[in-house]
Amino acid sequence: MSDLDLLHSETEEDLRASVRALLGDHCDPVAVTRMYDGDRFAVDGLWKALTDLGLPGLLVPEERGGQGASAREAAVVLEELGRTVAPVPFLTSAVIATTVLLESDSDLLAAVAGGERTAVLLVPWSIAATDDLPRIRSDDGVLTGTVTSVAGALEADLLLVPVASGDGLAVHAVDASDAGVTPLVSLDMTRQLADVVLDGAVGTLVLDDAAHAVRRAIDAGAALLASEQVGIARWCLETTLAHVKVRKQFGRPIGGFQAIKHRLADLYTGVESATAAARYAAATLAEGDPDATIATSTAQAFNADLAVLAAEEALQLHAGIGMTWEHPVHLYLKRAKADQIALGRSGQHRARLATLIGLPG
Amino acid sequence: MREELHDRVRVFLADHDPATTERTQFLRARYDAGLAWVHFPIGLGGLGLDQALQPEVDRLFREAGAPDNRPGANTIGLGMAGPTILAYGTDAQKDRFLRPLWTAEEIWCQLFSEPGAGSDLANVATRAVRDGDEWVVNGQKVWTSGAHNARFAILVARTDPGLPKHHGLTYFLCDMTDPGVDVRPLRQITGEAEFNEVFLTDVRIPDDQRLGEVGEGWKVANATLNNERVSIGKAADRESGMVGVVARTWRERPELRTPELHDRLLRLWVDAEVARLTGARLRQKLSLGQPGPEGSAMKLSFARIAQQLSGLELELLGEEGLRYSDWTLVRPANVDFTGRDAGYRYLRAKGNSIEGGTSEILRNIVAERVLGLPGEHRVDKDIPWKESAK
Ligand SMILES: Cc1cc2nc3c(=O)[nH]c(=O)nc-3n(C[C@H](O)[C@H](O)[C@H](O)COP(=O)(O)OP(=O)(O)OC[C@H]3O[C@@H](n4cnc5c(N)ncnc54)[C@H](O)[C@@H]3O)c2cc1C
Repeated sequence: MSDLDLLHSETEEDLRASVRALLGDHCDPVAVTRMYDGDRFAVDGLWKALTDLGLPGLLVPEERGGQGASAREAAVVLEELGRTVAPVPFLTSAVIATTVLLESDSDLLAAVAGGERTAVLLVPWSIAATDDLPRIRSDDGVLTGTVTSVAGALEADLLLVPVASGDGLAVHAVDASDAGVTPLVSLDMTRQLADVVLDGAVGTLVLDDAAHAVRRAIDAGAALLASEQVGIARWCLETTLAHVKVRKQFGRPIGGFQAIKHRLADLYTGVESATAAARYAAATLAEGDPDATIATSTAQAFNADLAVLAAEEALQLHAGIGMTWEHPVHLYLKRAKADQIALGRSGQHRARLATLIGLPG
Repeated sequence: MREELHDRVRVFLADHDPATTERTQFLRARYDAGLAWVHFPIGLGGLGLDQALQPEVDRLFREAGAPDNRPGANTIGLGMAGPTILAYGTDAQKDRFLRPLWTAEEIWCQLFSEPGAGSDLANVATRAVRDGDEWVVNGQKVWTSGAHNARFAILVARTDPGLPKHHGLTYFLCDMTDPGVDVRPLRQITGEAEFNEVFLTDVRIPDDQRLGEVGEGWKVANATLNNERVSIGKAADRESGMVGVVARTWRERPELRTPELHDRLLRLWVDAEVARLTGARLRQKLSLGQPGPEGSAMKLSFARIAQQLSGLELELLGEEGLRYSDWTLVRPANVDFTGRDAGYRYLRAKGNSIEGGTSEILRNIVAERVLGLPGEHRVDKDIPWKESAK
């Protein structure tokens, strides 16, 4: 477990460069802010551009229509998406839903990998892998039930629905147009949630005996969310550093005051630590390493809180400017706070660790 | 590479059975075989390999029951003096000092701090005056860990008080058995005397025991300190160090568990695990080249986590935590952060945020040298040291 590479390879850095360049062109923070005023088309073209880079199929083997990359590369993409709080369904479709489809032999996978379709696993965004999974009722393939607070549902045209099947769980595919998808006013409008109602939609069986696959998919999401959190935290640190170097009060840059220097030194220490935790989580996922579950919960227990801290520190050290709508720090705070609740709170991950590492309460 | 290294170790162990080879002979032979610190150059205990391979070599030797070189007794030698001599020493110095340093035939200590030069290390007042091929040293050092066991010391002394403080320093290798070196125990918070005061009176150091150029002492000392900060708190395995101690108590003593301590323990377990990964990542980054200021961030985390864990451990033990093993003044040969009992660990861990640079100074270093924030206000930087306020 100590041999895994925790650095970024040259290939990964190349991928980062292309994603960053593209986000620079297509994901302007002013446009992102407009999503709070209901302008969902503000960054139109962004997902299309990322699709042209092949990102929807990043985790899918080449023979099934994807790029054949690993969780390590997906983690780099998420670092960049986090840096820009990009409102795209990469995590929900290309990671979580895709992880479920990878377990099936459905050709929906190729459609999702190629970007022709965007998928979502129909679970609340706050779900942890250890929680009970929501189950929609099926009467001979006719589905009824509601799942609330789903991320990625608004962007998706394909719903992967966990369905009660005997004692177990199956996953059915449903066309989003056959469901009632109600957008919610969300804390994080860059990953807007929706309530989804199925009332007589016809599902196609994608995967039987799917409980394990669904939990794995949620865990893959949690593992890689840690990299998004690194991206958020790094942006907050770097933006704040740039600010405190130029903003002057009392005749000198505020970054020269020791109270501020020490907080930023601590934040840097936290961001470096979060990076190591996220890299390890991604590496264990990529390698299918048996330590992956511990790595995932460790990374979530640490990074979720660290990203919130970074955004809160950024806001405080920007002070008045930080409280304005014009400064993008609020986008990061909202994303970081929502991410902290997403895919299991840090306390839930610690509770799971207690079992995994043999430290019972 | 890894396979080849395994083979080398296997061949070495076949030729030198740890069960029958005398300890010092074994360690010398291991050094000569380049299996001491594999990233050092060939001929100096190493093979010029990636530093990341070291833990594996150590593990293979450990598993074979080989004697270790008492790393707990020579942390300053191994962690600080060794790498600094490698970076700044002459060939003759490297040949003379590195082998007995690694085999622990010669233990090292660090004569840096003084009563007037703690955080402000560049303020040292100990004088070294040139006299032919020798330097005559006078002054007082303090908090010198392990000086009572040390054969040699790394020493920073002032060679030109007419220059600003950072420019008038020179770095020496000091023989602790020389006449004029007087080591007196300083009892500390734990009851024992791990560190000392060292009085230097007309100590004569040959010029060929100067490390680096005259006046370059600050630069050389910085290399030492950067190494110190990386070497402190390095933990290769999960639950090694303080977290392992507390986790073991938790597992073995279910009657002590409470929900509130459970949450704190899990938080600290996560912090310790993440710090371990951060250290591993930093070592991968540094596997070639000298450590820079980034190690300071590691040391900050290590100190905080060790202190919180050792505090938690006392609370967990409750009534038992109110007792202490032994207040007798001893002068230990070994420093073992996790050794002895919980009370000792709690008190000793308080030093983790002081020794090797306080956490405040390390935050300044990270802020200025890693993050590029403005330096502290300095009143004495550009004036001759002898004219600055003391
Ligand atoms: C267990 C132990 C072992 C040691 N072993 C050795 C050894 O072997 N060799 C050796 O040479 N030294 C050794 N030391 C000494 C150690 O390096 C010094 O104690 C340390 O550098 C702090 O110096 P000081 O004690 O003089 O504290 P001071 O420098 O007086 O500091 C007092 C307080 O002021 C703060 N402070 C000082 N300057 C600033 C600033 N600019 N900004 C903000 N806060 C500041 C400090 O952080 C600290 O909290 C050891 C110390 C300990 C505790």
